[in-house]
Amino acid sequence: MKKLINQKPNKTLKLFLVLLPFVLLIILYMASSEARLEINPNDKLLPSFSQIADGITRMAFEPSKRSGEYLFWQDTASSLSRLGMGVLIAAVLGLIVGMVTGALPLFSAWMSPLLTVISLIPPLAVLPVLFIVFGLGELSKVVLIAIGITPFIARDIQRRTQEIPAEQIVKAQTLGANTSQIMIRVLLPQVMPKLIDAVRLSLGAGWLFLIAAEAVASTDGLGYRIFLVRRYMAMDVILPYVAWITFLAFFIDVALRQLNQKLFPWHAQGGKS
Amino acid sequence: MSVNAISEQTPMIEVNNVWKQYDDNVVLEGLNVTVNEGEFVTLVGTSGCGKSTFLNMLLGTVQPSKGEILLNGQTIPSEPGPDRGIVFQQYSVFPHMTVLENVMATKGFQRKGMSGYLFGQNRSQARKDAQQILDQVGLNHALNKYPHELSGGMKQRLAIAQALLGRPRILLLDEPFGALDPGIRADMHELVLNLWKELKLTVFMVTHDLKEGFYLGTRLWVFDKLRHDPQAPHLYGAGITYDLPVGKMDQSIYQQIDDNLRPLPEHVA
Repeated sequence: MKKLINQKPNKTLKLFLVLLPFVLLIILYMASSEARLEINPNDKLLPSFSQIADGITRMAFEPSKRSGEYLFWQDTASSLSRLGMGVLIAAVLGLIVGMVTGALPLFSAWMSPLLTVISLIPPLAVLPVLFIVFGLGELSKVVLIAIGITPFIARDIQRRTQEIPAEQIVKAQTLGANTSQIMIRVLLPQVMPKLIDAVRLSLGAGWLFLIAAEAVASTDGLGYRIFLVRRYMAMDVILPYVAWITFLAFFIDVALRQLNQKLFPWHAQGGKS
Repeated sequence: MSVNAISEQTPMIEVNNVWKQYDDNVVLEGLNVTVNEGEFVTLVGTSGCGKSTFLNMLLGTVQPSKGEILLNGQTIPSEPGPDRGIVFQQYSVFPHMTVLENVMATKGFQRKGMSGYLFGQNRSQARKDAQQILDQVGLNHALNKYPHELSGGMKQRLAIAQALLGRPRILLLDEPFGALDPGIRADMHELVLNLWKELKLTVFMVTHDLKEGFYLGTRLWVFDKLRHDPQAPHLYGAGITYDLPVGKMDQSIYQQIDDNLRPLPEHVA
């Protein structure tokens, strides 16, 4: 018998092990749901799968009685556009601040300490300030996401920029490059794949801020809906919404990873000069 | 100065009483040498003897604590520039560019502009020049490969091609072949010697390998401490203990110097 640390699952076993916990969880849920519904058919806490399917149909495939809109899709579109805007702004700002502080000591001297302090402010604590300053509309939600994840991206990009061997920067200068040429031609392309990685890592926090902002003040969105129907204990809507958010997060993560491999093949193959 | 009495020309590089120290730690002391255009100087010595520090002073990334280095009578610039090309032992090429792009980048950097990207006619001209120099260093079969797909020797060929397209007058080599196999090293020696003759470069090469120092170049500098204080070894820096013309000498002198220096490789780390 090999030591545990040397034991690796083969392909079939691995697939089995991957699926096992999911299957167990579903079985556990079904059993609990059935047990509760048997005692009280009107129980709302653990709806059966058919009730959940009804919930999904009602939200996604039937127009809302009040507004005539398909709420599920409208919520998805609003939430994704807020998240996308916030993350895009954070990525652009984080890239610029990170590269400038990572490459230029004269800027790093005053920007890095400032960045550290800003990154320690809990973004949710300033949400009321954002509502006061930017109003209750789209802007305050987008700004919350941007404020929440920009410092993380900026600091990550700063570190990645500093990781690029100094030899490359010296070499570029001996070839005649000026500062902006070094930043655009040498540093930027090498930092871009790291930026996509940083965005992937910060998306979890992005969703958190999105749902928090929607829960507090909104008229649509995935987070808004979950908190709205909570009043009626509508678990048949909450559960599929949570599952859908999880799926979206997973899908975006996979898409970004593949985009990275496609755009920067030298990085995916471990190019380190 | 007497070393260069053979030639009448004014020296390209003049080192006047150069010291380098970090806090209390003296690395180099009292360096005084001159180098003429077209010389091929190899720098050998133990680890930490200051030979790389001296090379970095020529490069512009390290400044002398005392004294001055003159390039054509002017103080040498305190930052790297296009008149001094460099090849490091590693990280000398850009990992995100193909072989061809790596060399073309040199042309982009030479044009004044924000981005260093080339377009249109400039681009096709740069491609032609780059291909020509890649031919010269024997990399024409790998134009579209990324550096991580190249062997160590090919990477250094690329780094040399890149540096040379910038048309530097001085080429600095910081242990460029230290990580290469002996067979490939011999090929690289030939390449460097050919390029040096062809392009009339002035070359400074730091190496661990004393044989390399003898085989290549016209002049050998050995860096070592001139004085020793066993209680405080950091108080005295290194200087140039041997400044020898090599290459053109006949076999007996070569042998004599070789014997003189024989003990050296044993305390090379």
